Amino acid sequence: MTPSNARSTALMAPALAWLTALMVVPCGLILALGFFRRGIYGGIEYTFTLENFGLLLDPLYAGIFLTSARIAGTATLIAVVIGYAAAYAIAAAPRHRQPFLLFLAVLPFWSNYLIRTYAWIVLLNREGLITQGLRMIGYEGEPPSLLYTEGAVITGLVYNYLPFVILACYAPLSRLNPEMAEASRDLGASPFTTFRRVILPMTLHGIAAGAVFVFVLSIGNFITPALLGGGRFQMIGNLVYAQFLTANDWPFGAALSMALIAIMMGLLTLQAMAAERGSGDRREVADG
Amino acid sequence: MTKTSLPLHALLAGAALSVSAAPALADLVISNWDGYMAPDAVENFAKETGEAAEMVVHATNEEIMGKIIASGGEGFDVAFVSSPFAEVLNNLGLLEPIDAAKVPNLANLYAEAADLPHDPGNHFSVPYAWGTTGLCYRSDLVSPEPASWNDLLHPAEAQAGKVTLLGTDRWLLAAGFLAHGYSVNETDQAKLDEVTADLIEAKKTMLAFDDTTFYSKLVSGEATLVHAWDGWCNYGIAENADIRFIVPAEGSDLWVDTMVVLKASKNKDGAFKFINYILDANNHRWAAENILYKVPNQAAMEGLSADMIAQYPNMGMTPADLLKLEQLRDVGEATRAYAKAVSAIKAAN
Repeated sequence: MTPSNARSTALMAPALAWLTALMVVPCGLILALGFFRRGIYGGIEYTFTLENFGLLLDPLYAGIFLTSARIAGTATLIAVVIGYAAAYAIAAAPRHRQPFLLFLAVLPFWSNYLIRTYAWIVLLNREGLITQGLRMIGYEGEPPSLLYTEGAVITGLVYNYLPFVILACYAPLSRLNPEMAEASRDLGASPFTTFRRVILPMTLHGIAAGAVFVFVLSIGNFITPALLGGGRFQMIGNLVYAQFLTANDWPFGAALSMALIAIMMGLLTLQAMAAERGSGDRREVADG
Repeated sequence: MTKTSLPLHALLAGAALSVSAAPALADLVISNWDGYMAPDAVENFAKETGEAAEMVVHATNEEIMGKIIASGGEGFDVAFVSSPFAEVLNNLGLLEPIDAAKVPNLANLYAEAADLPHDPGNHFSVPYAWGTTGLCYRSDLVSPEPASWNDLLHPAEAQAGKVTLLGTDRWLLAAGFLAHGYSVNETDQAKLDEVTADLIEAKKTMLAFDDTTFYSKLVSGEATLVHAWDGWCNYGIAENADIRFIVPAEGSDLWVDTMVVLKASKNKDGAFKFINYILDANNHRWAAENILYKVPNQAAMEGLSADMIAQYPNMGMTPADLLKLEQLRDVGEATRAYAKAVSAIKAAN
């Protein structure tokens, strides 16, 4: 081993040890748990079974996976549209202002997720700030039902995960060589064609990264559907929570978690592949 | 029952979990819901008996069950759990029989509290608090006054969208079972399916499932009629005297939170001393006066002020009133069917 190899091994060791002890081992335990039977009093019977994974195909549970994917997918779409536009605007702002604008975008992360979610309850509930505002401007009808709707859940998810999209899209947008767009215009392309054929393809991997973050974080979220959805919407996260904390069915909860992790890993792998290809494209452009 | 399973508590419990998982140094480890006994109980107990005790907290029954079952009870001496969970721990052989000779204050309990269906004679559990579940409503906004579980599940038009239901498996299903005249411990799948369908229908006129903030919703007027534990309805009454609590005509459940001693305890004498300390009339009355829950301790309840019972009429429910209600029992394997039914209800649109 060369001295520099030995040094990198030594430098990596704490991180590897940390990940092994606190990530690989617990995930392995959860995976193993999925193959055992639930005991009658909620304990675990150590007999091998595949029934927990079979149960994932039950229409009730498969339906919850689909609902979760639909809600997470909608949130992702909205977050990408809003976030990309914001990132574009930040990247187009004068260089010296960009750090401040990015700081504003991540500022909400400085406060606790739960508190921010409760703030939405204060805003949206029937006697909340929006209703009071409406009354102040003379509205006298029934207060609008904003909270405890699918819209409220999606709003909460978009709000919480939007900064990820902004950051992920800002990186490629800010690195974009302005001469590319100028060349496109000089060759006769309209602004829209320039955006569609030049800017968008070169920043697609940023969108993919942001979108995967939002989707993966949303589909496993259980706080937002519980608080902003009033428990009316069951997402996979809530289902996992219920297995561990009310049904006392840890093996089924483990199988659900593993299915969720598999979805997340699949998407993150696709995203990594897209990022790889994106950086390849950029090299080609640079080489050409 | 208090502080059931809800996301918020689970989050907050994260911190508690790491604290209580640490090996205890005190001679006596007591696990209880946060805020469910006097903050100075452990200190005063130490002064009175010389026993150094440590209080650890659990957010839900399921959390303490998970810890006790995982360790075989090792590391805990006394645990506060709801009676169906005490039954399970007893069935698993994890509980030490209560030595009545070492707990003379058992004499303070109402006769009814020593003869509860889950444990007649208090052989493995000692009741700490008891009560029921019913309708909590704004008498100034709901007319006529609600009288039936169906008024909650299928409210009049004026109340539609302004009712909340408890989201925890046992109580959510109990509301449906009671509306159909079934037992709160029903395990027949056909009846469970029937009630599940009815509760899915009830979602259309419901604002939200709410286990923690329903009384604030009543106070703000966001909701007018909610499914509530008696003690928690009192928290609403404390803020708005127009709020009332009733037990519907079909009846309701009787819930009992209990204290149990673990068989694995290395200080059983200390554990019995602690239970005896809690059963002292003044110490036990703390829970009634501060948490607004009824305690099954005659000596403690007789010391409550008349003003308090006038303000919170359900504090005046007698043991005879409570015993007319059906106690929630462990439903064994049906727990899983209950969980699936509740998932189906919550997932339905």
